Amino acid sequence: MRTERTTLFTRFYWALADAWTVTQRDLLHWMHQPFQVIVNLLFPVMFVLLFGFLFGGSMTVPGGGDYREFLLPGMFAMTMVFGFEATFLAITTDINRGVTDRFRSMPMAASAILLGRSIADLLNSVLSLIVLCVVGLLVGWRWHGSFGEALLAMGLLLLLRFSLLWVGIYLGLVIRNTEAVSLVQILIWPISFLSNIFAAAETMPGWLGALVEWNPLSSTVTAIRVLFHNPGADGASWVAHHSLWMALLWPLLLLVIFFPLSVRRYWRLSR
Amino acid sequence: MHTKGFAILAKGLYKRYGKQQALQGFNLAVPEGTVCGLLGPNGAGKTTAVRILTTLLHADEGTAEVAGFDVRRQAEQVRSRIGLLGQYAALDEILSGRQNLRMFARLYHLGAAEARRRTDELLERFDLIGAADKSVRHYSGGMRRRLDLAASLIIAPQVLFLDEPTTGLDPRSRNEVWTAIRSLVADGTSVLLTTQYLEEADQLADSIAVIEGGRIIAEGTPDQLKARLGGDRIQVVLHRAEELPAAESIIRRVTAAEVTVDEDRRQLSALVQQRVVALTEVARALADAEIEAEDIALRRPTLDEVFLHLTEKHEEVML
Repeated sequence: MRTERTTLFTRFYWALADAWTVTQRDLLHWMHQPFQVIVNLLFPVMFVLLFGFLFGGSMTVPGGGDYREFLLPGMFAMTMVFGFEATFLAITTDINRGVTDRFRSMPMAASAILLGRSIADLLNSVLSLIVLCVVGLLVGWRWHGSFGEALLAMGLLLLLRFSLLWVGIYLGLVIRNTEAVSLVQILIWPISFLSNIFAAAETMPGWLGALVEWNPLSSTVTAIRVLFHNPGADGASWVAHHSLWMALLWPLLLLVIFFPLSVRRYWRLSR
Repeated sequence: MHTKGFAILAKGLYKRYGKQQALQGFNLAVPEGTVCGLLGPNGAGKTTAVRILTTLLHADEGTAEVAGFDVRRQAEQVRSRIGLLGQYAALDEILSGRQNLRMFARLYHLGAAEARRRTDELLERFDLIGAADKSVRHYSGGMRRRLDLAASLIIAPQVLFLDEPTTGLDPRSRNEVWTAIRSLVADGTSVLLTTQYLEEADQLADSIAVIEGGRIIAEGTPDQLKARLGGDRIQVVLHRAEELPAAESIIRRVTAAEVTVDEDRRQLSALVQQRVVALTEVARALADAEIEAEDIALRRPTLDEVFLHLTEKHEEVML
């Protein structure tokens, strides 16, 4: 048997270098499909305009305050949820085209495929957040807290995206069917709407309000409302009261479940 | 344990998917620098064998070495010495051909400059310079396959795996791919080629291994296998069914071989040793007997007949 040695350092170096190559692949996709990038970026903007102006007039925020200031934190969070679909689609497309197999037959770091995917998706999310921030500022949303609080809010949003990304990777690895993306889309809508993104939980019937408050998405939304000092952040329930902790706990819980599941599923491709 | 002289050495591979036994005791030895054609119908286990040998899949039992390394325990060393061309073009559809090759080159751990140089070289070699900066989704089937092949050659692999490289290609694209494969072989790359087409194996392979039911049932050079199959057949279709018995005895006399009769199609066929002689003599003898033939043709054995023949032989051996 022939032997070859690789040091821990070179392993680590290549894990990062390969992940970056996979990330760059996605950045190149943006260049090839500028139209699609713009559509993706404008999608949440459309929601801001639709809800902010079309429905916004008839919305009241419990405790008072401007509806668009109430809405924007929700839009940030919704954008994080919608990115989940892109992750799913990227994973299943690669498996179906045989690209994943080609990667796996190459001497590249195995971790790079999933790591590169998550870096690319996070970069995409950062870009969406920046665009949405600018649009928010244009329609009258402001953050009233400190810069540190604003950064923390952005961090919580990206944490949510990061945890959902691994749910997307897991589903992509399990379902392996690009057409199932419509199923994922159907799943996303109720999750987004059964939250406090568009309306405060206090305005809903008791049982629905409770369901909405325990939606992980709602915790992130409430937490960033708190951090931006936007209206609608003073819910009385236990979850609403501990929204900052819950906005950390929910994504970490998702990660604890779906990260190992995804990695295991990935290794199982060789079964 | 390194067995010098073999590009591929598989011993007793077993693989089961649920209830289906995909490989059962698969053995294969491919000497370095040769092309082995793995010939078999759909579901015979060809792709499973390739997936195990290219480290994508773990065998339930058995061992395999590729380029002298164990595919299971030294997967990384194997991966840096092989190229894989799967059944479907494994490319990024959105990126250009050039970007695809560069990405794969970087993932093969070539430096940036080296990746660029190798990419240009491969684009040139596979006649893709003109389309190099177009998105792959605009490529034709043949171009895609060529780019795919280029991607599997980035590191100039010691062992190249081609899983049905021409399935779904038109004859012209198929010839292009064959030409590319031939030039590789001239460079000394060892190749394992799976195919459903006897002709493809015949065109490209030094040796052919016939796989059925997850194991190799026959091995040899194309000539050896053809000799075992008995070569070409003459096939005669009559105008009138009632003349079948008379025609049968004529053909048996001329070819000195067993004649198969298909009454529904009014068709007779028999093995022939000397193709042209048999053809002229059968035609003349039928004309002399005033038997009208609608069609007389020589044809090579179909894959079905090859398998029928080989599986029958195989069962005899097993008995």
